[in-house]
Amino acid sequence: MALEVNGQSIALDEEGYLENLSDWTPEIATALASGEDVELGDEHWDIINFLREYYEEYQIAPAVRVLTKAVGKRLGKDKGNSKYLYSLFPYGPGKQACKYAGLPKPTGCV
Amino acid sequence: MSKKFMYVNRKAPYGTVYALESLEVVLIAAAFEQDVSLAFIDDGVYQIAKGQDTKGIGMKGFSATYNALGDYDVNKFYVERESLEERGLTEDDLMPIVYEDENDDWAEKPSVKIVSRAEMAQVLSEQDVTLSF
Repeated sequence: MALEVNGQSIALDEEGYLENLSDWTPEIATALASGEDVELGDEHWDIINFLREYYEEYQIAPAVRVLTKAVGKRLGKDKGNSKYLYSLFPYGPGKQACKYAGLPKPTGCV
Repeated sequence: MSKKFMYVNRKAPYGTVYALESLEVVLIAAAFEQDVSLAFIDDGVYQIAKGQDTKGIGMKGFSATYNALGDYDVNKFYVERESLEERGLTEDDLMPIVYEDENDDWAEKPSVKIVSRAEMAQVLSEQDVTLSF
């Protein structure tokens, strides 16, 4: 699979995740999201940026449980719950947000 | 009821797949909310040693991931003192791995506990399930 962004072809795996994490740009995130009829707003970007920082620091994508807890701590308790995260990423915050963030699928996420 | 799971790590982090496999199993199993401990024995102590750099072997480094385990409620890292001494290492050569204690206003606490060989045997004997890598 491949994604066309700004005339460039970006390689994706069979589930739509980036083949090369270093390919990622914000434009790619926007393109991946619009392919799933999602328009990224500030609240999506908060989560995407958090995921990228987490990956940069720990070299893994966090499990949903960890993501939920960390979002609550960083962005406030009203956002640290799966209802809020699913409202942004209805296909599952781990899978969908990690995809837009250009990360691999979270370990243990089936 | 949760069981006590122990992951025993005896091999150096890079060069074989054991350390990474162990780490991935720990991350996956953490979702099941069991009581998880890790043991670092023999060359396994190098898994949490500072300054690992995989650039030269073209392999992804995963040393930083040990620091994420606190987020997964994995915060009992038992390191055998004799294994450190036999390799000329001290606690200062290990990464300062910490976790945030949810019940203590997110205070950062050390995850690493240096134990003697006899204490390690005691810890191992208290487990329900032991997985060796």
